[in-house]
Amino acid sequence: MADPIVIVGASLAGVRAASAMRSGGHDGEIVAVGEEARLPYTRPPLSKGVLKGVEEPESTDLGGGGLEVTWRLGTPASGLDRERRHVVLADGERVPYSRVIVATGSRPRSWAGTGAGLAGLHTLRTLDDAITLRDELRREPRLVTIGAGFIGCEVAATARMLGLEVTMVDIAERPLTAFGPGVGEWVERLHRSHGVELRLGVGVDAVEGADRVEGVRLADGTRVDADLAIVALGAVPVTEWLQDSGLEIGTGVLCDATLTSVSDPDVLVAGDAAAWPHPLARQNVIRVEHWTNAAEGGRIAGRNALREPSERDRYETVPTMWSDQFGIRIQVAGLPEPADPTRVLEAHPDEDRLVAACPDSGRIRAAVAIEAPRRMVWYRRQIEQGASVDEIAAAVLADEGALGPPREAVPS
Amino acid sequence: MKVLVDMNLCQSHGECAAIAPEVFELGDDDLLRWKEDVDEELRDKMEQAVEACPMMAIRIED
Repeated sequence: MADPIVIVGASLAGVRAASAMRSGGHDGEIVAVGEEARLPYTRPPLSKGVLKGVEEPESTDLGGGGLEVTWRLGTPASGLDRERRHVVLADGERVPYSRVIVATGSRPRSWAGTGAGLAGLHTLRTLDDAITLRDELRREPRLVTIGAGFIGCEVAATARMLGLEVTMVDIAERPLTAFGPGVGEWVERLHRSHGVELRLGVGVDAVEGADRVEGVRLADGTRVDADLAIVALGAVPVTEWLQDSGLEIGTGVLCDATLTSVSDPDVLVAGDAAAWPHPLARQNVIRVEHWTNAAEGGRIAGRNALREPSERDRYETVPTMWSDQFGIRIQVAGLPEPADPTRVLEAHPDEDRLVAACPDSGRIRAAVAIEAPRRMVWYRRQIEQGASVDEIAAAVLADEGALGPPREAVPS
Repeated sequence: MKVLVDMNLCQSHGECAAIAPEVFELGDDDLLRWKEDVDEELRDKMEQAVEACPMMAIRIED
């Protein structure tokens, strides 16, 4: 009997890979190795409904228990021995593989500065993190988020909706810089209007407190008093377990367009850990840390794992992501760059709904929609088809269903 | 096959409408409309839509 296909990483990308292999007719054994003791769950509610206490942790289950998969949970992989074709677990056990799918995701950057280790200093990644933080928020602490990115903004919004005193700090001049310019300004207004204190353009020098967080000291010498601090400084891909594997690692595990490792055709990669060449890539490869990429990349990697290298599908789907803050939906398609100029392609007269685009040599490279899901479906198609911003502007002008007329470009 | 969407869960992400515009679309009110009775030849796309839905709101019934 052939050795199993082993999925390393028991989260969204892993469960979608397993599901794709089963629906693709694979009837051999599938083993999935996971660091956490839980079956795969979906993460978006962790910074929203679960944190707020309105969604039960169990509701995040992704149904992995219903798939015919041998789950090896509670122990992370510590190595990949490609010579003997074994995944090595942290407890020394070896799991033989015929092919392996790397889906180890990413982990949040931790706070390495002064105050690391204080009680009340947290990151948010796992369901256990979310449950701990949910319980902390019930004690009505003053909250500070170190970082105003995706997680910082969502946690700040959730805590503020619970009535807590919230300060968001970031060295960047605007929140959510990864979603491109134009969006940040809008999000800043959103948070201020809901009573979040924003300290932008200033870094954090130290987290202060005796045993527990009492505040954070900023680079300008001021201090923000707080009882709870969330470190939201982005994430790093979990690839260090592969450092002796001989696989080429860059910003993530380097792959070709079919999510196959450039070093080994029997190793496929999906989700946050994958770096692969994409038609929208400006550098050689892209890496995406969002739900839809884990789901779709997992599916493609699972299907490709059943095929010989020459028959594998390319993964060229336009990346999409979203964030919900104060009940407002922000959606992004494509790859916005913080330094790109933005043009508002349509906006509702009262400015509460809009779509902005990042042009790249005339073509649309990314679109950001605020409270405009129907319009976003159309913009996604334009990005897929490589439409020019001028073509889109003309179509918007002629479309009675658009939110409003296009505006001139504004520099970043 | 029948395609069912739990509208208590749907949050109009539009992933399904991007995958299968012949079955799913968001209306002027941004709410999802879809065809319940779908040809067997679209099964792959429907399974893809089920898995692409961030809210896990879509179900297929044979």
